[in-house]
Amino acid sequence: MATVCTGRIETLLRERGPDGAGRLIVYLTAGDPSLEDTEKLLAAVDRGGADLIELGVPFSDPIADGVVIQRASERALRAGTTLSRVLARLPRWRQAVHAPIILFGYYNPVLQYGLERFARDLAGAGAEGALLVDLPPEEAEPCVAAMRSQNLDLIFLASPTSSDERLELVSRFSTGFVYIVSVPGVTGERAVLSGAVAPLAARIRRFTNLPLAVGFGISSPEQVRQAQALVEAAVVGSALVRTIEESYREHGGQAIERFVRWLISGTGVQFTMETQRHKD
Amino acid sequence: MSTEPALQYALPDARGRFGEFGGRYVSETLMHPVEELQRAYEKARDDRVFQAELSGLLKNYAGRPTPLHFARRLSEHLGRARIYLKREDLLHTGAHKINNCLGQGLLARRMGKKRLIAETGAGQHGVATATVASLLGLECVVYMGEEDMARQAPNVFRMRLLGAEVIGVSAGSKTLKDAVNEAMRDWVANVESTHYLLGSALGPHPYPMMVRDFNRVIGQEVRAQMREAESRLPDALFACVGGGSNSIGLFYDFIPEPSVKLVGVEAGGRGTALGEHAARFSGGKPGVIHGMYTYVLQNSDGLISNTHSISAGLDYPAIGPEHAELHRQGRAEYTRVTDGEALDAVRLLSRLEGIIPALESAHAVAEVVKRAPRMGREARVVVNISGRGDKDLGIFQDAGIL
Repeated sequence: MATVCTGRIETLLRERGPDGAGRLIVYLTAGDPSLEDTEKLLAAVDRGGADLIELGVPFSDPIADGVVIQRASERALRAGTTLSRVLARLPRWRQAVHAPIILFGYYNPVLQYGLERFARDLAGAGAEGALLVDLPPEEAEPCVAAMRSQNLDLIFLASPTSSDERLELVSRFSTGFVYIVSVPGVTGERAVLSGAVAPLAARIRRFTNLPLAVGFGISSPEQVRQAQALVEAAVVGSALVRTIEESYREHGGQAIERFVRWLISGTGVQFTMETQRHKD
Repeated sequence: MSTEPALQYALPDARGRFGEFGGRYVSETLMHPVEELQRAYEKARDDRVFQAELSGLLKNYAGRPTPLHFARRLSEHLGRARIYLKREDLLHTGAHKINNCLGQGLLARRMGKKRLIAETGAGQHGVATATVASLLGLECVVYMGEEDMARQAPNVFRMRLLGAEVIGVSAGSKTLKDAVNEAMRDWVANVESTHYLLGSALGPHPYPMMVRDFNRVIGQEVRAQMREAESRLPDALFACVGGGSNSIGLFYDFIPEPSVKLVGVEAGGRGTALGEHAARFSGGKPGVIHGMYTYVLQNSDGLISNTHSISAGLDYPAIGPEHAELHRQGRAEYTRVTDGEALDAVRLLSRLEGIIPALESAHAVAEVVKRAPRMGREARVVVNISGRGDKDLGIFQDAGIL
């Protein structure tokens, strides 16, 4: 990669929070349950204290996702969510939150939208970048070029199955941060933080100074703190999406705001591991 | 007659590309397993011990070589061309799928994998995978769309009898695409213990190449059998194309022979609107799905379409990347046959040749039925009967084709 941009995300994740804690990244699916609700939900997670928001673009065949995010994608698609509708609303959504936003999704919708057009509209909306789960570095040159031309970050994944050669490649291509997949598998909540994270983080640090974030399976304040002790940021996705599925209709954005606050502080009673897990 | 290929053809390239098609679009967790698989496959391909064991099983277990039957009554019925049927339906488990399953099964064992997973549409690939798992003493899980489980019920029973676990998939259109999604989710979570025995010439590199290579024996046999029967190359080859494994297996050794016309037959379903068929080249455009860049039936937002075909094995929105390249080059021609035309072909072949073809293979027969009357007396054509119709008897009865 010829140019290295130190963007807003990298700076943000490198700094600790006001109380010395690591950063919290949250994921939610755009259009779940509707595009109108997404604006309220973004504001709710922002008020709750999320440092960075991954906004999922629903796809018909989300093969990297577990059942919770699959269901969210289905709801969002039924509500008519498409990449172009997300990008059309993104400028307004971005205005409504403090936290930076990156899009999270699959490659084909972006490819069909047009790589240059995608990057231009993403930058125009004030978003910071994207992560495309089925786009490994080997296939990413055209997308990287389009994103770099707009000074946007394109984030790549590192997995416990990645060889050192692959971690070097991922580190070279990624900007903003490197996203560590905590366990081989699809997205979804898991009872304990995988022991694979610490050694994987140590291996990646040999190749890059970029901040690291760990996700896939983090669903409680304890796991958030464990992850933040190892790397700069923790990502919570499925647990938040399921809280939206279970509580948003009845309790509105406040319930989602409280959930994010609970993830950060560990207080706020109503979200315990037991009540969260009863449907799994 | 020359036996040397006339043109150079050496695809895929090192990056798994057939021209611009193919590649490897998978999440980072799967990159290491597919790289490992590629290395293991390339080593096995050049290993005489591996090849000898595979040849032995193809011969003594699966029943190769399969006959090339001259269809005298069908030829007379349709006019003047001499029509030959490649009898892959006579293989153990009833379809060409066993060719690839034996190859990948042996490879999985060499790689130390204890568990095979597979997707299946019509159930033929699932049955072949379950069979090979039983033969090699491996655990087996097959993912199958619930719609397909209902319409191909005999194969579900066969898989279970063979000791496989069959898991129904209720997402999306409940067909082959959704079964592939679920198999890939299983694989990503179990990469250490598990080999994903993909059943068609699709997916991330090296699958399209590897599955083609394991089915290449079909075309190699046809070449030798035509030399014996007619002392010449055939003029045209016909095969149905779902993902495209039986067709690429038949076509591959003839790609460098410009005089041999290659015709792939897609599922025209019951209409031309998106969702009513599985004809990727007339209704699709290039995109990325299931790890590859190829022609895909999709909407303008890049969401993958549901498909329809009476034939579960052709009911898939994407096509193997090598077919996409053969289409771009104009080297192969792709056409479509409707549900009704395929059913008519089942009846015709049953009555004239005593062969009940699978609904998939009947698509290829139907295309020959359309074209043969316009062919010259000298024409020699080969149709791949990729599978037998036992699994489809319920559909035939419901369709009232008697």
